[in-house]
Amino acid sequence: MPDAEAPDGSQWPLWEVFTQPGKGKPHEHAGSVHAPDAEMALQNARDVYTRRGEAVSLWVVPADQIVASSPSDSGPFFDPGNDKPYRHPQFYKAPRGVKVF
Amino acid sequence: MSPTPKSPPDDPALVQAFEARIKAGETIEPKDWMPERYRKQLIRMMSQHAHSEIVGMLPEGNWITRAPNLRRKMALLAKVQDEAGHGLYIYCGTETLGVSRDTLVDQLHAGVAKYSSIFNYPTLSWADMGAIGWLVDGAAIVNQTVLAKASYGPYARAMVRICKEENFHKRQGYEIMATLAAGTPAQKEMAQESLNRWWWPSLMMFGPSDVNSPNSAELLKWRVKRKSNDDLRQRFVNLTIPQGQAIGLTFPDPDLKHNPDTGDWESGPIDWDEFMAVIHGNGPCNRERLEARRAAHDNGAWVRAAGDAYAEKQRSRSQSTAA
Repeated sequence: MPDAEAPDGSQWPLWEVFTQPGKGKPHEHAGSVHAPDAEMALQNARDVYTRRGEAVSLWVVPADQIVASSPSDSGPFFDPGNDKPYRHPQFYKAPRGVKVF
Repeated sequence: MSPTPKSPPDDPALVQAFEARIKAGETIEPKDWMPERYRKQLIRMMSQHAHSEIVGMLPEGNWITRAPNLRRKMALLAKVQDEAGHGLYIYCGTETLGVSRDTLVDQLHAGVAKYSSIFNYPTLSWADMGAIGWLVDGAAIVNQTVLAKASYGPYARAMVRICKEENFHKRQGYEIMATLAAGTPAQKEMAQESLNRWWWPSLMMFGPSDVNSPNSAELLKWRVKRKSNDDLRQRFVNLTIPQGQAIGLTFPDPDLKHNPDTGDWESGPIDWDEFMAVIHGNGPCNRERLEARRAAHDNGAWVRAAGDAYAEKQRSRSQSTAA
């Protein structure tokens, strides 16, 4: 999500939109909108992303406030989680015939 | 997030790794490395698509005030509003490639960007609202269902959302046509006359034949497109002919015939000279469409200025209360 400023700097700032599709569900990224402030960003997001009751809650976040991991580093960055099979239940043996789960 | 840096000439090793990812069916995301040419092709294709959604509001907007009843009027308003939303989904997807929406809109208004040639035809009767929903949105759905599996994540996700919404567009259009076709002789004639005008331009929506489509091979290789123009056009024809026959309308193609071996409806030759003329600015409404777009943008300038002024006022107020 690059910072999409217009050449003359006149374009309204970019906001990323997250929608919660139902109560108890997590918010998911839906897309983005341009708006001069948070209140109008929410209203624009409602009009653009929830015309058919797709959400019970909306978040809007200034796009330049999102910090993301870098795809080129994703190997080493996520490594600590990938090389530890002992964090999964399948790593452990149980006597045959016993229902552990 | 920082702007995408201008990349040097593509490193062959990176291109190879990129094409391996495409081949493995992986989705490419905005911050992933991509060949400059892939980025350019996507910007071209996605911005043309976004422009088509926005310009596509104009032929139908023409009939909102003259819809025959309140139900039709509400449906048409909702459809035209959806098209604005679809334009915004795709513009925001295009912005993830490092180009601003203002830049793209400027290109449209300057007449240097393309949009779907079909929107350069006039809407002369109420039946055209039926024909557009049924044929133009029907063709768009065939196209977009395949694009929903395109390799670029933001584009594919926008297509999923759009396809869900356009099914309503197609059905409301077909309902208008079916109602007219079952009406008085004059109403049926109105539906038939509209189908006669929109049929060929709808087939042209899929773009030049594969033998004359300069971009197709590369787009297919990078999974920006999934099927060729001719394959998609054939799929649309096969879906649509039985729908027209079911409501007693005929298609303006004397060569149209069913091939029992392939199961395909084979249509006659398309007038590509007409297609090229419309693409190059000489369709019936090219100038009118661009003028309407520019006027809408200029007449909305005060809204953008007011939005800025209001946001500025709120900011200075909250600063003065904080102080």
